[in-house]
Amino acid sequence: MSTRYFGAAVPRLEDPRLLTGKGTYVDDIVLPGMLHAAFLRSSVAHGRIRRVDATAALSMPGVRAVYTMADLGGFGARPMPAMAPHPLLKTPITCSPLASDEVCYVGEAIAMVLADSRAEAEDALGAIELDIEHLPVVADARQGVAAGAPRAHSGRDSNVIATLRGSHGDVDAVFAAAAHRFSETFEIHRGGCHSMECRGVVAAPEPRSGELSLWTSSQSPYMVRRHLATYLGRDEADIRVTAPDVGGGFGPKANVYPEEFAVALAALACGHPVKWIEDRQEHFLATTQQRDQFWSLEVACDAAGRMLGVRGRCIHDNGAYAPYGLILPATALASFPGPYALAAFDLSIDVVLTNLVPTSPVRGAGRPNAAFVLERLADTIARRLNLPREEVRRRSFVRAEQMPYVTGGKMRDGSPVAYDSGDYAKALSLVLEKIDAAGFARRRAEAAARGRLLGFGLASCVEDTGLGPFEGASVRVTPAGKVVVTTGAASQGQGHATTLAQIAADALGVDLSQVTVKAADSRVFPLGISTIASRVAVTAGSSVEIAARKVRDKAIKIAAHMLEAGEHDLELENGQVRVVGVPDMNVALSTIARILSGSAGVPIPAGVEPDLAATGYFEANQLAFAYGSQACEVEIDPETGDCRITRYVVAHDCGRLINPMIVDGQIRGGVVHGIGNALFEHMRHDEAGQPLTATFADYLLPGAAEMPDIEIHHIETPSPRNPIGAKGAGEGGTIPAAACVISAIQDALGPTAPFVTMHPVSPEQIVEWIDQTRK
Amino acid sequence: MSARKINLTVNGRAVEAEVEARVNLADFLRQTLALTGTHLGCEHGVCGACTVIVDGRPARACLMLAVQADGAKVETVESLGTPEALSELQLAFRDRHALQCGFCTPGMLMTIEALLRVEAAPTREQIRDVLSGNLCRCTGYQAIVDAALDAAEARRGTR
Repeated sequence: MSTRYFGAAVPRLEDPRLLTGKGTYVDDIVLPGMLHAAFLRSSVAHGRIRRVDATAALSMPGVRAVYTMADLGGFGARPMPAMAPHPLLKTPITCSPLASDEVCYVGEAIAMVLADSRAEAEDALGAIELDIEHLPVVADARQGVAAGAPRAHSGRDSNVIATLRGSHGDVDAVFAAAAHRFSETFEIHRGGCHSMECRGVVAAPEPRSGELSLWTSSQSPYMVRRHLATYLGRDEADIRVTAPDVGGGFGPKANVYPEEFAVALAALACGHPVKWIEDRQEHFLATTQQRDQFWSLEVACDAAGRMLGVRGRCIHDNGAYAPYGLILPATALASFPGPYALAAFDLSIDVVLTNLVPTSPVRGAGRPNAAFVLERLADTIARRLNLPREEVRRRSFVRAEQMPYVTGGKMRDGSPVAYDSGDYAKALSLVLEKIDAAGFARRRAEAAARGRLLGFGLASCVEDTGLGPFEGASVRVTPAGKVVVTTGAASQGQGHATTLAQIAADALGVDLSQVTVKAADSRVFPLGISTIASRVAVTAGSSVEIAARKVRDKAIKIAAHMLEAGEHDLELENGQVRVVGVPDMNVALSTIARILSGSAGVPIPAGVEPDLAATGYFEANQLAFAYGSQACEVEIDPETGDCRITRYVVAHDCGRLINPMIVDGQIRGGVVHGIGNALFEHMRHDEAGQPLTATFADYLLPGAAEMPDIEIHHIETPSPRNPIGAKGAGEGGTIPAAACVISAIQDALGPTAPFVTMHPVSPEQIVEWIDQTRK
Repeated sequence: MSARKINLTVNGRAVEAEVEARVNLADFLRQTLALTGTHLGCEHGVCGACTVIVDGRPARACLMLAVQADGAKVETVESLGTPEALSELQLAFRDRHALQCGFCTPGMLMTIEALLRVEAAPTREQIRDVLSGNLCRCTGYQAIVDAALDAAEARRGTR
């Protein structure tokens, strides 16, 4: 099989459409008779609903209906299903599509207006009379664990909904025998995701068939279908869910949301198509965020600075509900011990409910949190023992010859964590060489001459990718000779239409322009899970490879018969099956496809199934572990605290690269996300749980003027765990980035500055540290 | 709500319409004219996804009322090129992988298009400065800057 596209930086097939305004995002869908929804949301973080009176609102221009959960009760006024049940959660902690009794965060939806236009629906919100009794609020997870703290839900005995534990080895013995032990506490804030497209849903009942169609800006359209079907007591086949073009996901769009259910229920109730498009303020209030973790940790090392063990605990703010179960804290826990070969670790995470917006994974999920504390612990050792930071890491890394390496940790399903392949020290050496670490002292001196503080930072990580169980694909050659790939794997900009087409084009010997990928439409492909956890290249990519090979084998079988040639003498090239070395002896794939499409009364070859098509489900039962190291330099203005990232270099190994251009794009975007977490993004609430940063004027996303150019170097160690040797690349940029930037800020501040244990870091904070250091 | 009659040119085409005074230009373009390439990311003038060119200057269609565009010449992403015949700038975006989800892309294109008309040879810093009014969560901006430079060079070459 020739490889022409796998590994090549081919331009994306989806781009011409998206570049010309011809993308179809949810808000671009317009249906006849469509009504527009707006949600009345709680203005208090915790309260009891006494009364909702929509009388005045119903008489407003254009208003067709106002629904509370009581009005939609015929569909079952109960909490939504849990997306990811966990044995530690005895009952699901999810909200209802609309709250009817208690509200637990600012932004929880209480009622919805349907009107002829969105403006009219929003006008009417103000005319709904809402009487809420305020209840005590817990807005900080650290207070939430204290005895006597207010309860985030009035009916619960405790705000701590679960305590997760991960351990390996005899941690007490390791600490007792260690040459050194150091303690640190960390505060990590991660803010929100802020895809540029907010969420949106269109639901349309089909009166003739009784089917319900849903278009949603989701990373998990098939989960929406499954849970909605369960909720409605319907068969999945009667609900069609499509994720059209989706303007970024980054984790929160993987949730199944109350609004998706409420819009579907409203459409069924009124018999019209209903559209709801979230505005940015609602996104700040009601789209899940990834919020605070507070870690208290100890690290043990030997006299040479080699990390031996880590122990401690974390308080994890889960927000008001746990729609996604314990996935976020569990992912943080499963990310230990990162790239380090530890003799022992023992960690626990208290998962705490607060009266803040629910949390969910955001790019990297809990992995950036784990990477931050592990990398800061490595820097602690270096600082206390006066060792180079890279030396501590080199001495502590899992070594290439130890692969596959069983860490002693457990995945969230309880299976042992085993790294598959790679050379962690090599990535570190590569990044240090490429950033010219050796020349840093000179650059620092030059910056100092200009009155600036230059700092050098580095960080490493391991990333579990390719989460199972599957993401399937079908490959079909049409009688016109086109190749159509279908899959459940939704795309939010990752370029699946191109990467999956590259795999199919190679297997079938067709030009890339002949391949079309149709994804995330339950009427087009029957099953799908989610585009999360850097899993689609591994799972769907492998499935495309498997399906395309089956199609290839079928085409060869037919062609061998037609050409009277041996199957081993045939190759696929140029849309034909042809005899190797005799290109004139060939049969077009389109011809084979037409034969296998069948004509009345005309037999097809015996023993061959109709249709030049096949389906593959790669069984992803083992994870593929990507890894990498990042290094950066920051320049700080000591007067203003302004922190500029002046250089940023990444060394990354995500196995075989399907499309290096797309991988680089994933990594760059990911690094910038992490830089945002380190320096800018801070979702603030007051003590009453009121959001204080609900516009882009208050909540800062990284902008073009502040971001550096990012240099990327790849190491390609194929994963032995899938047929294409790929590892996921969606989150590896983000995971160590905040740690890398903070490490550089620390270095710029100098050896006597306070040890930095938190992010985001503001200019004011930097000036304060500089002042403290100078005293 | 009071409606007003407006006359404007959109992508070279004369448009006459009745609009409510409160309707912003973005909603007018998207809903009345079905030009859905203009996207709304924040509706408070920060993200820049809705950027269009009004009388030669980039403007945020979410912060401008449709009635304010009375008599104006408005250009949207739909004016640049077609999938079969992308403009130089669009080709540069494709070749440099300057878009991922594509949602901010129309605004990015219109901001850079407006820049390139007044500055034939912008520097990286100038481009980054101009892009400071457009947020992108996918690309990290670098590829967009690269694409803008490529497009500028291509335009200079063809002049």
